[in-house]
Amino acid sequence: MAGTDYGKIVRDGLWNNNQALVALLGLCPLLATTTSATNGLGMGIATTAVLLLSNVTISLIRRAVRPEVRIPVYVVVIASFVTVVELLMHAYFFDLHKVLGIFIALIVVNCTILGRAEAFASKNGVLPSAVDALGIGLGSTAALVTLGGLRELVGQGTLFAQAHLLLGDWARVLELGVGEGFHGALVAILPPGAFIGLGFLIALKNVIDRRATRKTVVIAAPPAQPAKAG
Amino acid sequence: MAFPTLSSPHTARPNETRRVMAEVLLALLPGIAALVWYFGWGVVINIALASAVAVAAEAAVLALRGRPALPAVSDLSTLVTAWLFAVSVPPTLPWWLTLVGIVFAVVVVKHLYGGMGQNPFNPAMAGYVLLLVSYPVQMTAWLPPSVLTEHPLTFSQSLAVIFQGAPPAGLAWDAITQATPLDVMRQKLGLSYTIAEIRQSPLWGDFGGRGWEWVGNWFLLGGVYLLWRRVITWHIPAAMLGALLFAAGVFWLVDPNTHPFPAFHLFTGGTILGAFFIATDPVTACTTPRGQLVYGAAIGLLVYAIRSWGGYPDAVAFSVLLLNLAAPTIDNYTRPRVFGHAGGGQRED
Repeated sequence: MAGTDYGKIVRDGLWNNNQALVALLGLCPLLATTTSATNGLGMGIATTAVLLLSNVTISLIRRAVRPEVRIPVYVVVIASFVTVVELLMHAYFFDLHKVLGIFIALIVVNCTILGRAEAFASKNGVLPSAVDALGIGLGSTAALVTLGGLRELVGQGTLFAQAHLLLGDWARVLELGVGEGFHGALVAILPPGAFIGLGFLIALKNVIDRRATRKTVVIAAPPAQPAKAG
Repeated sequence: MAFPTLSSPHTARPNETRRVMAEVLLALLPGIAALVWYFGWGVVINIALASAVAVAAEAAVLALRGRPALPAVSDLSTLVTAWLFAVSVPPTLPWWLTLVGIVFAVVVVKHLYGGMGQNPFNPAMAGYVLLLVSYPVQMTAWLPPSVLTEHPLTFSQSLAVIFQGAPPAGLAWDAITQATPLDVMRQKLGLSYTIAEIRQSPLWGDFGGRGWEWVGNWFLLGGVYLLWRRVITWHIPAAMLGALLFAAGVFWLVDPNTHPFPAFHLFTGGTILGAFFIATDPVTACTTPRGQLVYGAAIGLLVYAIRSWGGYPDAVAFSVLLLNLAAPTIDNYTRPRVFGHAGGGQRED
């Protein structure tokens, strides 16, 4: 795998091909679990862990799997790792597990993970696949945390509330609150708020991209356009 | 003697946005006067505040979009949004909620979709629903009508309530606010009272809540004016009110003890305002005559369904928004036959 541009893989995963904001993949957990920054972070970490394990495994077995049966094989691999992660969260982060609930198990059907298995891990070596998983996973996690923080802030005027459930007691310093007297807009916590917030995040990313292209003197490739949801 | 030559189209008067919107504002005046009569100065303050915020938000977002502000602001459509919003919300609504609702309506619902004529949802109702879902307590605290209250708010007291959130000295919130008749009906029915028992309370008049029931008539007057001026056609109001009466009539005949008589639905809540002013929004409603009948009837049925079995007391805003979403599809299937072609107008491209 000489000549693999790891920097590009990471940049694509984190920004240019951000699965949540550009590819619009994995929207089900993105919209459903991001009622707070902590939930978003927990979901993001769980997804990244599954993605890392599944990408590495699928890259390892990519020459043994016949193309006709690859999708069932990938799903079985992903489902196994989701089960592992779910049991681990159930054991060690019980309160967070209660909040995220069914969406941990539903990581199996997260399009992002199957998408990366199909589009990247089945065609590349182990190391690039692992790097890709980390880049994509952290990119999605960033989107999850941002959207969760946005909705939490608008909806109930706090940020990283209950972060100690996930990160331990030291994380109580992260827990911010606007204070008493703040009337949160409940709609931000409700499902419509997720769609509206995601729309604003995508718009923000496109604005940043456009500013960046305008600054570049050299005529570069046009900024990535949002693809159709999978 | 000079005979000016007129070319077609021979319309009676120029059909421009500003004229239509001015007619709508004029038609709202009787209803607004009735609201002020029954609910005091808060209505006027809300209208003034909403109008100012709406015009400022419109001008600001047009500046951001690099469009000239004057033509868009002076077509009065923003004012119609602001007035419809202000007559829908409680007269004691805190000022910052009016601000949030109007900015959402103008910036997000109207301009993010492309501005005047492009928005799929009725901006005033979307702003109203955003607030109702987010701040149910403030959005359901209505004043009792003046014929019932012992403490009508003066102008300065209304100002203090709206801008400082302070009830008048010596009075608690519960002394000056009251649930709406639809809300009372819904709660009491939930507690298994019969209609006759509920209506023994002095809150009730001949049809709906005392005082409340006559506000709709003044909006009806404005609606008839709009029909006469041909700003709207009869299809949507007739279909909506007809479907609501039909649904209410069927259930009332089945069991008059637990279902209010049909006229109750006409005389309470935002039924008349919704039928003539909100559902008929030319941008977001259906445009084909048959489509308008379907659209109006579906709104009427949904209003009955949500009022009877939904989670919120009134339903006009929710129903209108849901049918806004369906309007393009309804239009597509109800195209009138094109002259010279057989069958309905199907999309050929």
